[in-house]
Amino acid sequence: MEKSSYEVKVGLAEMLKGGVIMDVTNVDQAKIAEDAGAAAVMALERIPADIRAYGGIARMSNPEMILKIKEAVSIPVMAKCRIGHFAEAQILEELGIDFIDESEVLTPADEENHIWKHDFKAPFVCGCRDLGEALRRIGEGAAMMRTKGEAGTGDIVEAVRHMREVNRGIRRLQMMDKEELMAEAKRLGAPFSVVEIVAQKGQLPVPNFAAGGIATPADASLMMQLGAEAVFVGSGIFKSDDPSARAEAIVKAVTYYTDPAVLLEVSKGLKDAMLGKPAKGLPDDEQLAKRGW
Amino acid sequence: MLQIGVLAIQGAFHKHAETLKALQTQPVIVKYAADLTHLDGLIIPGGESTVITRQLGYRLAWEDLYTFAREKAVFGTCAGLIMLGKGCTDPRVRQLGLLDAVIERNAYGSQIESFTEDVTLSFDEHPFHAVFIRAPKILKVGKEAKIVATFRGEAVMVRQKQLLGAAFHPELTNDVRVHDYFIRHCVTQSGK
Repeated sequence: MEKSSYEVKVGLAEMLKGGVIMDVTNVDQAKIAEDAGAAAVMALERIPADIRAYGGIARMSNPEMILKIKEAVSIPVMAKCRIGHFAEAQILEELGIDFIDESEVLTPADEENHIWKHDFKAPFVCGCRDLGEALRRIGEGAAMMRTKGEAGTGDIVEAVRHMREVNRGIRRLQMMDKEELMAEAKRLGAPFSVVEIVAQKGQLPVPNFAAGGIATPADASLMMQLGAEAVFVGSGIFKSDDPSARAEAIVKAVTYYTDPAVLLEVSKGLKDAMLGKPAKGLPDDEQLAKRGW
Repeated sequence: MLQIGVLAIQGAFHKHAETLKALQTQPVIVKYAADLTHLDGLIIPGGESTVITRQLGYRLAWEDLYTFAREKAVFGTCAGLIMLGKGCTDPRVRQLGLLDAVIERNAYGSQIESFTEDVTLSFDEHPFHAVFIRAPKILKVGKEAKIVATFRGEAVMVRQKQLLGAAFHPELTNDVRVHDYFIRHCVTQSGK
């Protein structure tokens, strides 16, 4: 019996496809998310919008609170550690978390190095803004990628940019001769072995999800139509006026993302979405997507 | 060409579609009740059984799926096995109860307990490299069903006429033997 192989880690990411992963901060929210049809929940003390408002250092959540959520739901539970903070990741693995998000939403612990994720039994998801960043994280052992977007803003513009960047990078690789791949790997700052796989297959070797700024069923559909295989919704649900209805609407929008009749129907009954904050006006030190490289 | 549907509410449906293509059958993505007409068989993929339960009844009714599975070939993997079987005590999941086997959901614990293992097939002498992801367990096999794959003596895949259920994920490997078995024995023979 072999546990924790890369195959098994990517396997769980495959099972989450076509689903919605929702940020929750307590047991009640976790149950609302599960009832609404979430494929997994991300347990954290403060959702990204509140991390922005609160300031201070954002760290791994209290394990006690993560455990309570784990006990309350039957779906996979994820939690975040700081970029490069492998001790936080070790704690999360010890408590039996299903997926660890090495996340730019928390204050980075290391500005140069990410965690060597191959050493862990638990699978990791990491954010990316372009193909090079995605392939570096995969080289370090990430079993799932997501766009960084600009978490906690309710503004979809950065997630769209990042998804298009990744896709454009993949299309470029597919058009290249073998001779050109090494130079492209150098330009991307990405491991050659992974570059070669992407050039052959025309897709990332792990599932690629969307995150960062998704607030409406239409946002979710947009990201799916751009090629995301599932979506993370952070502040968008519990910062809205009707979390339960909105969560359910986004779940339906992800399954039926190409069906405008469904998208219209699920969008109609909703109250106000989160107010949000344009990603463009954010000062440099508030741009979370710039954390990590 | 045989048309095999893959229920695409949530989960690993694309991987099943790829395997079906490799076996010269035509995969059909199933999200609406109308998608079930003209199908020769259906696969219910892995994913979260709570999500599939929750979303059945929207564009595809639970009853549509039930009526289909009573007559036609259905292969359930992981969450799909839970949906086909019976005896799951979790109120968040509604089962079709057509496969005479008691299934326990998420029986091995969290993701770090997920594993790969060579399992023994009843229909082929070579073992099958099986991927178990937060897998269910087949606790009891009723007399209507027969065991077609085992691991350490325990049932991990069972068949009852045109229905097949596996606790593991044959779609995550390049080995097509399990899907091939489903097509040859459940789909084309209609369970005979």
